[in-house]
Amino acid sequence: MTETVRFLLDGEYYELTNPDPTTTVLNFLRYELARTGTKEGCAEGDCGACTVVLGELIDGRIRCRAVNACILFVPTLDGKELITVESLRAKDGTLHPVQQALVDTHGSQCGFCTPGFVMSLYALYEEGGARGRAHINDALAGNLCRCTGYGPIVEAGLRMEEMRLPVDAGVLKDRVDALRSLKRHDTLKLSVKDKLTGTHKYYFAPVTIDGLADISLAYPDATYLAGGTDVGLWVTKQHRELAQIIYIGDVEELKHIQVTDRSVEIGAGASFTDAIDVLARYYGDMGEIIRRIGSVQIRNSGTLGGNIANGSPIGDSMPALIAAGATLTLRMGSLERTMPLEDYFIDYGKQDLQPGEFVARISVPLPPEHSRYRAYKVSKRFDQDISAVCACFGFEIKAGVMEGARIAYGGMTATPKRAAMAERALVGRAWTMDNMEAAVAALAEDFAPISDMRASADYRMMAAQNLLRKAFIELDAEAETRLVGDRELGHA
Amino acid sequence: MRNTSSSGPVLSEIKGAVHKELRHDSAHKHVSGEAVYIDDMPEPKDLLHIYVAMSEKAHARVTAMDLSAVRKARGVALVISAEDIPGHNDVSPFAGDDPLFADGLVEYIGQPIFAVAATSIAAARAAASLAAVDYDELSALTTIDAAMAAESAIEPAQTMAQGDARAALEKAKYRLKGSFRIGGQDHFYLEGQIAFAAPQEDGDVHVFSSTQHPSEVQHLVAHVLGKPTNAVTVEVRRMGGGFGGKETHPAMFAAMAALVAVKTGRPAKLRLDRDDDMIMTGKRHDFRYGYDIGYDDDGRITGAAIELASRCGRSTDLSPAINDRAMFHADNCYYLGDIEITSHRLKTHTASNTAFRGFGGPQGMLGIEHVIEQIAHALGKDPIDVRRANLYGTDGRNTTPFGMVVEDNIAPELIDMLAESAGYQARRLAIREFNKTSPYLKKGIALTPVKFGISFTTTHLNQAGALVHVYADGSVHLNHGGTEMGQGLFVKVAQVVAEEFQIDVDHIKITATTTAKVPNTSATAASSGSDLNGMAALDAARRIKARLVDFAANKYDCPKDRVTFRNNNVYVENREIPFAQLTREAYLGRVSLSSTGFYKTPKIHYDRSKHKGRPFLYFCYGAAVSEVTVDTLTGEYKVERVDILHDTGRSLNPAIDKGQIEGGFIQGMGWLTTEELVYDESGRLRTHAPSTYKIPACSDRPEQFNIELYAKGRNVEATIHRSKAVGEPPFMLANSVFLALADAVCAASDYKVRVMMNAPATPEEVLKAVVTAKGKARG
Repeated sequence: MTETVRFLLDGEYYELTNPDPTTTVLNFLRYELARTGTKEGCAEGDCGACTVVLGELIDGRIRCRAVNACILFVPTLDGKELITVESLRAKDGTLHPVQQALVDTHGSQCGFCTPGFVMSLYALYEEGGARGRAHINDALAGNLCRCTGYGPIVEAGLRMEEMRLPVDAGVLKDRVDALRSLKRHDTLKLSVKDKLTGTHKYYFAPVTIDGLADISLAYPDATYLAGGTDVGLWVTKQHRELAQIIYIGDVEELKHIQVTDRSVEIGAGASFTDAIDVLARYYGDMGEIIRRIGSVQIRNSGTLGGNIANGSPIGDSMPALIAAGATLTLRMGSLERTMPLEDYFIDYGKQDLQPGEFVARISVPLPPEHSRYRAYKVSKRFDQDISAVCACFGFEIKAGVMEGARIAYGGMTATPKRAAMAERALVGRAWTMDNMEAAVAALAEDFAPISDMRASADYRMMAAQNLLRKAFIELDAEAETRLVGDRELGHA
Repeated sequence: MRNTSSSGPVLSEIKGAVHKELRHDSAHKHVSGEAVYIDDMPEPKDLLHIYVAMSEKAHARVTAMDLSAVRKARGVALVISAEDIPGHNDVSPFAGDDPLFADGLVEYIGQPIFAVAATSIAAARAAASLAAVDYDELSALTTIDAAMAAESAIEPAQTMAQGDARAALEKAKYRLKGSFRIGGQDHFYLEGQIAFAAPQEDGDVHVFSSTQHPSEVQHLVAHVLGKPTNAVTVEVRRMGGGFGGKETHPAMFAAMAALVAVKTGRPAKLRLDRDDDMIMTGKRHDFRYGYDIGYDDDGRITGAAIELASRCGRSTDLSPAINDRAMFHADNCYYLGDIEITSHRLKTHTASNTAFRGFGGPQGMLGIEHVIEQIAHALGKDPIDVRRANLYGTDGRNTTPFGMVVEDNIAPELIDMLAESAGYQARRLAIREFNKTSPYLKKGIALTPVKFGISFTTTHLNQAGALVHVYADGSVHLNHGGTEMGQGLFVKVAQVVAEEFQIDVDHIKITATTTAKVPNTSATAASSGSDLNGMAALDAARRIKARLVDFAANKYDCPKDRVTFRNNNVYVENREIPFAQLTREAYLGRVSLSSTGFYKTPKIHYDRSKHKGRPFLYFCYGAAVSEVTVDTLTGEYKVERVDILHDTGRSLNPAIDKGQIEGGFIQGMGWLTTEELVYDESGRLRTHAPSTYKIPACSDRPEQFNIELYAKGRNVEATIHRSKAVGEPPFMLANSVFLALADAVCAASDYKVRVMMNAPATPEEVLKAVVTAKGKARG
């Protein structure tokens, strides 16, 4: 066990012994280090003003990813390199190409969101630069600007390439060596007394799955922390006290993604970013659904496992996975159990998870022959928004007959749920408009959605029904039906 | 070649001359994180953090408020409520109806009831939760309809009229009647409301406030403290966005911070988090727009009765002027014949709505544009033809409903130029063809113009001051009453001074706005920042320059008209003297090198009792074409292409102005599309963070976005270097997006039915309109 969080910032080692585990990186930077370039705009990971970049040693290379510092807890920096807007200028004061490009394109007005944009573009720069405007749009989906209208910022994203700096091999080697030296082989355990309330807070970050299993049994009431894109908000928005935290992000085995001859196996700790390509390969629309979860920053931190474990009725990955027939494997101690993903969700905020048990992995079967998969998300804004309705369809159609149907919706009820009545209306019947309309009508029996700030109940039902129609249209007709994502899919 | 008609012959180049593209003065600091906002200032060791406790009820008597546990909580230094205010419990701009803390009566969910100052914000927040507050609930009016029914208003309804609207309507060949709704909008400045107060000697206080209106904050802080104005200094270097939301509201937070600082003798900071900010502060007014329009076969409007009703919230704030501006722009670019505009200013139990870019203008303007499209549909005409039939004329048909003659009308020319450059008519036909063969995706297009009046409509506000020092080494210190919120005011005014002294702009130090340097200023608002402060700074620079000319003419014994300033030098006949050398010599010659400057807008006057006069010095014009695609299965849509032609006169800085146009447009697009303020039945705002309140994101920007400045632009009025204001007018170019969406909805009915869709056109609203249009088309 170690009690010290160690990370790298501007070439220097930072060592924090028993820091408050729920102090955010943003507050640490601003109020403890007086590095105030990084801003707070919302404290919920939605505006990107707090964007910083984390460097991690992956297969001997430093991988740079943008994350939201406002919902990132300080101990999760352990073993990583933290890069902030203050880190970018050269020693002689010369602006970094990203910064210079933003100046040249008039990319800042009030300037408050600018450091966040700088860091999102910097991560893009470090990871090879922009593949066109759509790529920049996506890279910046998690950064809100209220002044510029984004045009000059996108322009800067293209122009930064023209100023690309040569890599300083010596500096790079020093960073790689430093990160290598930070690698931890035992569990990080923090114990601290809260200054205000006097309660004791514990934080555990095991590095092996067996270690995780042991700690989970020993602290069955602890809160699991993965990417923190949900749990972070419990602290910054709901001002909740988390007395015991088990961080799974340092467990290497949980990050594995493996393709077997039958399925894609995704560890509970794998980020959305890591999962997106492999899932998109087998289920094109699932890739687009995951691309529209949060933003780059959120997908870099957030995990499929976390999205599932917390069972939010508006998490988009669940209907997408359920429609593909995914199963979930839970582990307690040395025992594992596996269930169809849809069975995990019992009711709002209630999942089939025992104290001491944790989500180990998700298994997504490879699409069977004759499979037709469609998934749609409807929200007020295309990027970085929460679904009013998420509708996902896994059909098996042989010789014009529906042999199997998995229809799953998010946003329609207290949990992600299959539409049993609609499925029944389709399975074993011919793939015709009439039968489809019967299934559309059956959706009204499957769901009684609520009205809230995202949509009215009427709209949810109307959209849910029309999305089933849309799936039918897309699999049957030559009409354009798509506004975003792969528009070609609409003709398929 | 530049033709600087106001400042003599063509001059050789300095860096940062007017009419040149120059980057924002803080750009390099923005990108490096070095630009200091108030929360970035080093925190003093004994700093207190303030948390504001809010009303949980929309309308109630507070029957008991026990704060003893709050006072005893760990870390708490002070708890303040209405009874702790030494001066006046009021932070209103003029009406006297905005208590700093509720005193026995709460009138919206989010109204401050007390504040806690503690050693950390966590301690202050935790302590506040220990309060015991008892409410006796009263019935709450939270919507326009409820307030109308209850005749609840912040002032009597106002009427603006020309001719006999009723008679004209009776005579009209066609009539069109109806109503639709226009939603509000949160400012969503990225930097939330914040104030930092430092106690000074004699019980004075120095307040750093993120405000567009330092003088008002100063005045109101003094008012709350019960001290003369000179006991308070208010300073602001920059804001992280304002958009009108930091015009009246910052006084509330500055006053609380000042109160804590003065009472405790410790510095105090009040920074709202995003949720509290959105719940506590007012927004753009939502409107109900009713219309009764008469028109002829050409679509020419012959008579109009327009009824506006807006939700002002719990207090007067700036709502009278905002609603006046909704009336001023109910005509947009059109002569509406005999007209009567009635405006209801409704008091509701919600946050007090306030200034927001456009200041009521966008709501008035959207209405008439929506109606014009409806007329075009009814007559089977291209809306551009109906627009042209109604445009203000040059001789005749050129008097607005408020009696001002439109003397600078370039709307017809802008519309023609834009229609041509954007290929409007051909695209409109192509879209109709596309829609025939696309059953689910429907395209729509609209071209809308903007005419927006420039000046504060409250005449006395149209004044500004500046303070310029020239140091002996030739470096210049520039200060004026305007504030920087990202719009580039500071760099524009610096360019004006650089141009006047003919020195590189790098020699001019831009400094924080402070009431200690320039007093009695107006808000940086109404797009007037560079018009007013540019002129005031020019006045100051000219005064100093005149002294330098006198000195040089005297010293070198030549006529004054032989002393000229050019390219960092002063030419005295054939002698070339570096600017810095002349200033050194002038100092040694005991010449004052410091001056104030002052400006007041000429020509304007307004009689509010009759709603007649000339409230504006001039008008700004622009036009936009937007093309959209709608998914008629879900109501989702994409803005595909936008073309803008906008007039900024002889732009002081084309790069800055383009930024204002682009940013204003996207903000307007957000207002009309994804930005939806949802309140529940109790009057509680349910969309108070970016997770639920959706301003446009990067990918919402149209893929094709062409912005041109009107090349011939030149203000007919003698404004600063013949430029035009730019902050607000482009916001309303986004009306074209809303109407293009309505056009696409109409296409879903094979152009049989056009629906008066409500704003914002969220996917839900669009789908609802699609269903209505299709349903009616089937009969």
